[in-house]
Amino acid sequence: MSNMNLLQAVNNALDIAMDKDSKVVCFGEDVGHFGGVFRATSRLQEKYGKNRCFNTPLTEQGIIGFANGLASGGHKAIAEIQFADYIFPAFDQIVNEAAKFRYRSGNEFNVGGLTIRSPYGGGIHGGLYHSQSPEAYFTGTPGLKVVIPRNPYQAKGLLLASIRDDNPVIFFEPKRLYRASTGEVPEEDYELPIGKADIMQEGSDITVLGWGAQMEVLEKAVEMAAADGISCELIDLRTLMPWDVETVSRSVQKTGRLLISHEAPLSGGFAGEIAATIQDTSFLYLEAPIARVTGLDTPFPLAHDKEYMPDHLKNYEAIKRSVSF
Amino acid sequence: MSTSKQSEAPVVHRPVFIDGSDLTTPTLKILRQDGSLYEGAELPDIDQTLALKIYDTFLFIRALDERMVAAQRQGRISFYMTEVGEEAADIGSTAALAHDDMIMAQYREQGALAFRGFPLQQFMNQMFSNEKDLGKGRQMPIHYGCRELNYMTISSPLGTQLPQAVGYAYGYKLEEKDNCVICYFGEGAASEGDFHAAINMAGVFKVPAIFFCRNNGYAISTPSSQQFAGDGIAPRAIAYGLKAIRVDGNDVLAVLKATQEARKLAVEHNQPVLIEAMTYRLGAHSTSDDPSGYRSKKEEEKWREKDPVLRFKNWLIQQGWWTEEQDQDVSDAKRKAVMAAMKEAEKVAAPHLDDLITDVYDTPPKHLQDQLAALKAHIRQYPDAYPKTAGRLDNE
Repeated sequence: MSNMNLLQAVNNALDIAMDKDSKVVCFGEDVGHFGGVFRATSRLQEKYGKNRCFNTPLTEQGIIGFANGLASGGHKAIAEIQFADYIFPAFDQIVNEAAKFRYRSGNEFNVGGLTIRSPYGGGIHGGLYHSQSPEAYFTGTPGLKVVIPRNPYQAKGLLLASIRDDNPVIFFEPKRLYRASTGEVPEEDYELPIGKADIMQEGSDITVLGWGAQMEVLEKAVEMAAADGISCELIDLRTLMPWDVETVSRSVQKTGRLLISHEAPLSGGFAGEIAATIQDTSFLYLEAPIARVTGLDTPFPLAHDKEYMPDHLKNYEAIKRSVSF
Repeated sequence: MSTSKQSEAPVVHRPVFIDGSDLTTPTLKILRQDGSLYEGAELPDIDQTLALKIYDTFLFIRALDERMVAAQRQGRISFYMTEVGEEAADIGSTAALAHDDMIMAQYREQGALAFRGFPLQQFMNQMFSNEKDLGKGRQMPIHYGCRELNYMTISSPLGTQLPQAVGYAYGYKLEEKDNCVICYFGEGAASEGDFHAAINMAGVFKVPAIFFCRNNGYAISTPSSQQFAGDGIAPRAIAYGLKAIRVDGNDVLAVLKATQEARKLAVEHNQPVLIEAMTYRLGAHSTSDDPSGYRSKKEEEKWREKDPVLRFKNWLIQQGWWTEEQDQDVSDAKRKAVMAAMKEAEKVAAPHLDDLITDVYDTPPKHLQDQLAALKAHIRQYPDAYPKTAGRLDNE
């Protein structure tokens, strides 16, 4: 065990993946010698050479197109998109190409070796274009897996699993926690399961569900609620596609209430999908409407980012409203 | 430790603008329409066996294209695209490759796949989306793909194969393989961002890739004069650090020669190359298109006189390798074979319903299994509404 922040955990996972499998290749803007603008790929070029860890020209569609081609030839392509806000030029290569590669060819070809890493989320005074949470654009595309870790331990285990998963995975990293979140991380190789939610705290009054950086916020809200005598079951979804309907349903059938929280805007956010599914699996167990505490339906603001964010206070209030419904 | 490039161009002290006239791109021509060679023309590496294989593929593709357009008109298949007039471009270039060089095509390169040996019945299975189709009946006709023959499955979005070709070629380079990727695209697709991303990356990464542009004059109805203002596609490659060559795309010997030389550059020197083949789409863009709305019969006639198949036939006859009688017999045999294969493919059942959810992921996740189970229950309830699948469900 050693104490790592989330960036170090990501770096450590990449290091292990590259060390164990010579087919693993890391690339993206500034990823090479510089080690990425956040230093997630620090020292990888030194260790594994310029052929396996390198800078790309500044072209997101090119990066993912290149990654698709490399992965289709049997390599493990780990592409970094510097900020999730800049993933959109690559949308076609992700949605029309990576996601459909296996299906459209009848499994003659696939890009299962592809992993796209990208820092996402607000809270770093990044304004419109260094703050977005675009996960729901991808959860609606069959063929992709979407994974988001909440802390260093989770990041390492989930990233190693994502790299080795035989499907294209988009791995969104909560950049607000890159250095803020630290914890004990095993030094050895380990994987955490994709498609399985993690019950962080058991409770009986309400299920509180989130992912990524939002878990830290929800932990605070749940703690405040506990002081009021409300027992929350806190769940980190971890994988958004395919998501763990069973664990969430079982929890809601026990607590009778559900709150879902994410930074992305309310409308079209992934909470809507979860709410629709849970009312389908658990309608007769529900004792209150499913609550969504999310970002606003605005572009991500700068001056008002604190107001925009679904913080612990908004979640705390929503928990109380649900319990007293 | 800057590795920025320093230009060695002269410095001037009053404004000097450069333009296209500073660069002229020659066109390689080897074969005249009458089958004779241009004076001083250097032949590609070709023997009788290769020549006849190329020509056999020409005749096959002509028979296939002709029959399948008719089949679409008869309502037997939903869609088709011919490559009439462009056969020398894709078939001639593929003939220059090693059999295990990856082909990443756009969609009008069935000739390349036929040259590789894709069986006629497989062409048909794909077009009839039956259960024997390698693509499991999921894509529109002509979206072929075959791992065994190193022909990447076609996808409809234009130009997406270009940066993928760079990645695939980078994989060859990593593994130090003596292979290259050939990537086909049209002059219209070269307006897509993916083209520029790809060519730039290919130059930077120095990958063994050949970018083969079929400049056939039209992107559906849009003539190349409305597609770009510069001198075609080849000069763009130079700006991105590639080597480029322009060839007469209706001259199969020129295409073969250029591609053989390009392959050497790519494989031996990791030097990416762009080949611009000047040709003409004699047919419609697809069976959903009618060219009479945007170009004249006269223009088409002018290009019909440059028919690449006829041109090559003339050469073969002059070589003493082919006769008109053989031509007639082989063409007839191909037409018959195509007809028989079509009738065979029509009889093959649709893919099983279970294949609706396979290959979305490596294994179907639970939500897809649930959705399939619900769908099957629904089909059992209304079997008449789903005749393709209902009958086979009962047998389970």
